[in-house]
Amino acid sequence: MIENHLSLLLVVLPLLAAPIAAVLPNGRLPWAVSTLVSWSVVYLAAWQLMNVSTGQVISYELGGWAPPWGIEYRIDAANALVALIVSGIAALTLPYALKSVIKEIPQQQHALLYAAFMLCLTGLLGIAQTGDIFNLFVFLEISSLSSYALISLGKKRQALTAAYQYLIMGTIGATFFIIGVGLLYAMTGTLNMADLAQRLPELYEHRTIHTAFAFIMVGFALKLALFPLHVWLPNAYTYAPTVVTIFLAATATKVAVYVMLRMVFTVFSFTFIENTPADELFLLLCVMGILGMSFYAIYQKDSKRLLAYSSVAQIGYMMLGIGLGSVLGATATLVHLFNHALMKGALFMAIGALVYRVGSSRLEHLPGLGKQMPWTFAAIVIGGLSLIGVPGTAGFISKWYLVLAAIEKQNWLIVGVILIGSLLAVAYVWKIIEVLYFKATDELEHKYVTVKEAPLLMLIPMWVLVLANVYFGFNTELTVGTAEQAVKLLIPSAN
Amino acid sequence: MIWTSSLPPFIPFFIAALLMLITRGHLRNVILLATPVLGGLHLWLDVQPFVPMVASDALITAKELSYQKSIFNYQLEFMRVDKLSLLFGYLFHIASFISIIYALHVRDTTQQVASLFYAGSALGAVFAGDLITLFIFWEGLALSSVFLIWARRTEQAIKTGTRYLVFQVMSGVLLLAGALIHYHQTGSTDFNFIGIESTAGWLILIAFGIKAAFPFLHSWLTEGYPEGTPTGTVFLSAFTTKVAVYALARGYPGTDLLVYVGAAMTCFPIFYAVIENDLRRVLAYSMINQVGFMVCGIGIGTALALNGAVAHAFNDVIFKGLLFMSMGAVLYRVGNINGSDLGGLYKSMPKTAMLCIVGAASISAFPLFSGFVSKSMVMAAMLQEGHNYLWLMLLFASAGVFHHAGIKIPYFAFFHHDSGIRVKEAPTNMLVAMSISAVLCVFIGTQPQYLYALLPWKVEYWPYDMTHVLAQLQILFFSALAFVWLNKQGLYPPELRSVNIDVEWTYRKLIPATARASYNLSQRFNCAVIDVVQQSWQGFQSAFRASRLSQYHLASSWPTGSMVLWIGVILGGYLLMDIYF
Repeated sequence: MIENHLSLLLVVLPLLAAPIAAVLPNGRLPWAVSTLVSWSVVYLAAWQLMNVSTGQVISYELGGWAPPWGIEYRIDAANALVALIVSGIAALTLPYALKSVIKEIPQQQHALLYAAFMLCLTGLLGIAQTGDIFNLFVFLEISSLSSYALISLGKKRQALTAAYQYLIMGTIGATFFIIGVGLLYAMTGTLNMADLAQRLPELYEHRTIHTAFAFIMVGFALKLALFPLHVWLPNAYTYAPTVVTIFLAATATKVAVYVMLRMVFTVFSFTFIENTPADELFLLLCVMGILGMSFYAIYQKDSKRLLAYSSVAQIGYMMLGIGLGSVLGATATLVHLFNHALMKGALFMAIGALVYRVGSSRLEHLPGLGKQMPWTFAAIVIGGLSLIGVPGTAGFISKWYLVLAAIEKQNWLIVGVILIGSLLAVAYVWKIIEVLYFKATDELEHKYVTVKEAPLLMLIPMWVLVLANVYFGFNTELTVGTAEQAVKLLIPSAN
Repeated sequence: MIWTSSLPPFIPFFIAALLMLITRGHLRNVILLATPVLGGLHLWLDVQPFVPMVASDALITAKELSYQKSIFNYQLEFMRVDKLSLLFGYLFHIASFISIIYALHVRDTTQQVASLFYAGSALGAVFAGDLITLFIFWEGLALSSVFLIWARRTEQAIKTGTRYLVFQVMSGVLLLAGALIHYHQTGSTDFNFIGIESTAGWLILIAFGIKAAFPFLHSWLTEGYPEGTPTGTVFLSAFTTKVAVYALARGYPGTDLLVYVGAAMTCFPIFYAVIENDLRRVLAYSMINQVGFMVCGIGIGTALALNGAVAHAFNDVIFKGLLFMSMGAVLYRVGNINGSDLGGLYKSMPKTAMLCIVGAASISAFPLFSGFVSKSMVMAAMLQEGHNYLWLMLLFASAGVFHHAGIKIPYFAFFHHDSGIRVKEAPTNMLVAMSISAVLCVFIGTQPQYLYALLPWKVEYWPYDMTHVLAQLQILFFSALAFVWLNKQGLYPPELRSVNIDVEWTYRKLIPATARASYNLSQRFNCAVIDVVQQSWQGFQSAFRASRLSQYHLASSWPTGSMVLWIGVILGGYLLMDIYF
């Protein structure tokens, strides 16, 4: 019974949990409900991934309406992997959230925060699950609206401006997307992705289709913060409550990258993209983004903001894989999508622990904390090594596949950019480590002498992610194995 | 049989490094000492019987030993054993054992963990069977060794350590890039002969060259090693450059270029070493000089030369370690290692002085000391291959070594004019470690057949014949004469507290200065441009204000506006490109 409705339950459970969390009294109850739901969802997601990992596809008809008229959830290895990332990060973020939220957010807003969190989770999982392009838009709006609300809960007043900017940008992005969808619908009369993929090839020459593609690409480039459309992201990540930053940084942009993969490789096809300027444009923007944003990151004065700029650069790596347009490239994108969620999750959790103890994420307030909080510091070091791509960490695996993909296309420029990007990453990761460990001043040391290690409830999720970074640096069966499986279905011609 | 024979030798070291975190006191010391002993016995009892001893097939891998682990589609070969890697395996066990005894009094977890990881990475690198495994341990060497410099915890040490790390990581990145291209071209990542015919070969050669301190790539060594802790530098001197020598011997034997590079390496450091005041930096320069002999041997590529190169690496670790240990003992007791401030220490540290002289005799290749039996092999091979001029360069270098390392180090530290410093003799554990090295120096010097038996290639060679001994003694005595004469005449460069400028000056001073200058220039240019833009913008604004359009309130929130602008630009630009191209 459960197995038949697995795909739907994944989305419905958090959706139901949202109103429940909202009406519960402010206290620990809303947190408990959300945590419980997120854990059951991660269980379901793992189950689902197991079912599809051998290569078959689950097709779930909503309300019994057969596709292409009804809404279809179409689950293959790619969806299932993304759903697992999203739910897994949520399940780790929520235990972490308890203490952090109590510290950062007034009590009367707790229930609302968890409700919005659940809605956001619903939206992201829905995007990952659905096989219907309009349904995707609906879930996109659910996740976006709830994340604007989540960001605006930040302690500082700038959080409101940041949320407002994100609202404007996000809405434009979503509007562009729906314009594109409308044009596609006008041309083909269908909204089902698989169906679209079949009907589109004969219309490839049509200018309306090209315009629709342009709108969809630009819309989602906004959502995933592709350089230079990333401007909303640093503010949003910096001023949002810690928990929200962790969750959004590790999942929201990843889901958008997944949609991009789905659009480029399944709905349209790479043969179509090659006739548009999109692939060259992607590569160009990615290269500029990786170099420029990594460089920007080095000069940030706030550790959260530094990591936010690094995220924009890392998104560049993911989009490189798409822009290269090969099986290896798409594999690299999926692998990096997974690994980057692990590293950024771990790093933002560690920074959040510092914020929890000291109340600030600005680098000038952090000197010498590494000695007071050795576990948190060690988490930052290992997470940072993964971000750089040192062998033995997950980050190395993704860079390895990206470099292989670039070499396969004989694109030496990209190889160079990836290597230079890694060197720049050394610089910005070093900057945090230097401040935390080497830059202790007597005055601050005196002030921080009473600072204790972060509470266990924060350390455990953080270290689960840190160890996952190391584990997936050695065992790549789940990441690379699933990604290769997914790419086979994503790119039909690869078979 | 103490462990299974396919156990990679780095594993005991890594486990011991982790055990350092949870043990202390005597237990920790026992673990520290037991690790290299057990590891060495493991190599001797479990591994060596499997290595083909048929000399002509010296480099045939013992297949039954190979220990592979499959990680993300690639076979990582952690255990590839032949006589070449076995020799370095023994060497690194001996070196780490001696260094650990020397550092036994240290109570610093960071240093102990780092040094075990460092020694383990070196072992991992020499037993690595493919380039990716080699790269993993290559980076391991870099990341663990830098802590031995940082552990001194002075501002200077942290800065120098960071620069050191940048060099090492750069070497790693080059190695990885080379390995990837190599893999792409040949379809295999096996680490065997590489050669310089391809781009990959060049990249990997430069990566190895950084670690081997090729000229212009050497400054991390002369800058970094003197900044390490007294005990840390002993570890540093043993591993990094020797791993590079191993890698060169494996990947580039017989590459002509290396003969010239090596010859340059033997000569140029001499000038720096003679004027340098920091005695540990003198040793760092002499290290480049010694590595130069090895690189020469690898470049010549005959069996005799390669044997000489690796034998010299073996000896160099021991006698250079001995010298660094004696200087470390002085630094530990006196707190200062400048030639200008020392002198007369033989009165208070007689044993250290004696042991230092043994090391000095070995590095200068006195007959009956270890340096002689290996250096002469390289020199002989050089003549056999007809490199007469280069042979003269090496001869000059040999004399120079004796000058700066053989005489200068003991003379300025222990004799010279009495500085009035009175300290205690070095601690017992340091003396024990130095004594072991000294005994080894003399033993190998007098009984070279045991070392020769370990060498990878089969060669009949015996150093103690009339010409070799006489020629060497002539060089030594004449350069001793030169030193004495120069000193008496007051012509010898005095020990001054000064900073000598080497290539590191380019990135310490020149590049920042140029950067600043160009920054200023671009600032000025920017200012000019901004001025023009501002003026025209102001002109436009005043015109704008005068017009009716100014009634509308346009740009209140510029960042949001700019984002929307960018969206428009991208969408519009994209559509135009799509339509017209």
